[in-house]
Amino acid sequence: MVELSSASTRTRPARPALTALWPLAGLILPLGLALAWEAVVALGWNSGRLLPPPSVILATLTDLAARGDLAHHAQATLTRVVLGFGAGVVAGTVLGALTGYARGLARLLDPTLQALRAIPSIAWVPLFILWFGIFEAPKVALIAVGVFFPVYLGVMEAIRGVDRKIVEVGRVFRLSGVAMVRRILLPAVLPAYVTALRSGLGLGWMFVVAAEFMGASAGLGYLLIDGQQLGKPAQIVAAIIAFAVLGKLTDSLLALAAAPFLRWEDSFASSPRSSE
Amino acid sequence: MLTIQHLSKTYPGGTHALEAVDLTVGAGEIVAIVGGSGCGKSTLLRIVAGLDRPSAGRVSIDGRVVSEPDPAIGIVFQEPRLFPWLTVAQNVGFGLAHLPRAERDARVAEALARVGLSDKAHVWPRQLSGGQAQRVAIARALVARPEVLLLDEPFSALDAFTRLDLQRHLLQIWAAVSPRPTLVIVTHDVDEAILLADRVIVMQPEPGRIAQEMPVDLPRPRDRAAPAFEAQRRQIMSALDRTLPGLSVLSA
Repeated sequence: MVELSSASTRTRPARPALTALWPLAGLILPLGLALAWEAVVALGWNSGRLLPPPSVILATLTDLAARGDLAHHAQATLTRVVLGFGAGVVAGTVLGALTGYARGLARLLDPTLQALRAIPSIAWVPLFILWFGIFEAPKVALIAVGVFFPVYLGVMEAIRGVDRKIVEVGRVFRLSGVAMVRRILLPAVLPAYVTALRSGLGLGWMFVVAAEFMGASAGLGYLLIDGQQLGKPAQIVAAIIAFAVLGKLTDSLLALAAAPFLRWEDSFASSPRSSE
Repeated sequence: MLTIQHLSKTYPGGTHALEAVDLTVGAGEIVAIVGGSGCGKSTLLRIVAGLDRPSAGRVSIDGRVVSEPDPAIGIVFQEPRLFPWLTVAQNVGFGLAHLPRAERDARVAEALARVGLSDKAHVWPRQLSGGQAQRVAIARALVARPEVLLLDEPFSALDAFTRLDLQRHLLQIWAAVSPRPTLVIVTHDVDEAILLADRVIVMQPEPGRIAQEMPVDLPRPRDRAAPAFEAQRRQIMSALDRTLPGLSVLSA
């Protein structure tokens, strides 16, 4: 594997010392703004009543965490996202694979699905409440709908976009239908599939907020509403931060899980790992 | 021996791609097929590879009729068509999944050594140059030990120096493999045809058919600058000129 890493050092764009610091560059702006706001409030230029300074938000977060509220609400929200995401991914993958693979099925199903996609997903809420009641089911259903469409579209288009010329190589080697799917179609669509899953997950997080606004007794969305009704901006910002952290964390997990299968996509990023 | 008998291909739209092509290629022979665009040379190759079906006629190897992709026939396309998610070695071993691992690895290593890319075995295809990628494609086709290797304008996307290098390389491989594979090369490069082939087939369009067959009786290695090479070039060029539809209009 020595050849591999030497090949990548040749193409690496900048000196290692500089590249190593790059991820930290993104922290300059948010940290700077937070410090500036802290100073503004500390100096008494603003009361910080509508937008509390970072120290107050931090205190609220620690307080919520200490009382176990943060874990409780985060868990409620996370459960909804995971269930809705799971359902949306399964449905989107199956239908996307069918319509991407079989033109006939695409003619049959795709127009309906595209029409449904045109409906703003929140518009389903009253119907879901009538159908599923007011507890978990309508919330999970709404998240699943949000996740479904990007996954469905991503899978369908990825399968359609597989290079015909590479499929032909499979024919030359006389692959069976199953082998063609396993050895050529699946690896070929995987990068687009991961992208679709990640945008699906993003929408899942978006829709969980909407779902929890529908009325929930637990969840980060509940903390938002509660903070608004009781005039506690620090709690709102704390919930927003929790959303950001969880959203980023789940997305990173997804990317991390997919990384071993996508090493070929970016040889710069992958070469250090492949020389293990 | 590759036998092509009375092969015709008419596409659903009515395009007459091939009309009654007869061609016999002996074992270990190198045949180059040249012709302008639309003369059906690529269609011919795709039918022999089993990727397209003929409207009439048949292809056989040693008397066995071939109508779909066959282990005895390998093909190298104009593009390398490597699988980007597999390393070079995995690409070369792609068609050997049925073999035990040890044997597969040995054959992959041998094929990579033959195309001079042993040091690239664990590299991704995107890290290869165009010429290297095409050599991997040749290795992938040869590792299955086909009797016939079809090459569809294999070097036309490469720069001139790489092309010269790969032409020489292909001949070396052909000479080193035993028994020697039969090579059928479609090209629009007359020099390439003369440099490589024992026999040059000139095709003409509308409908695609064989216009002329010319043996190349030059000793190998062939010298592009030799007068005999030049004579052969002139002969093929004038045969190609006669296939151009525009000229028959002028002379009419």
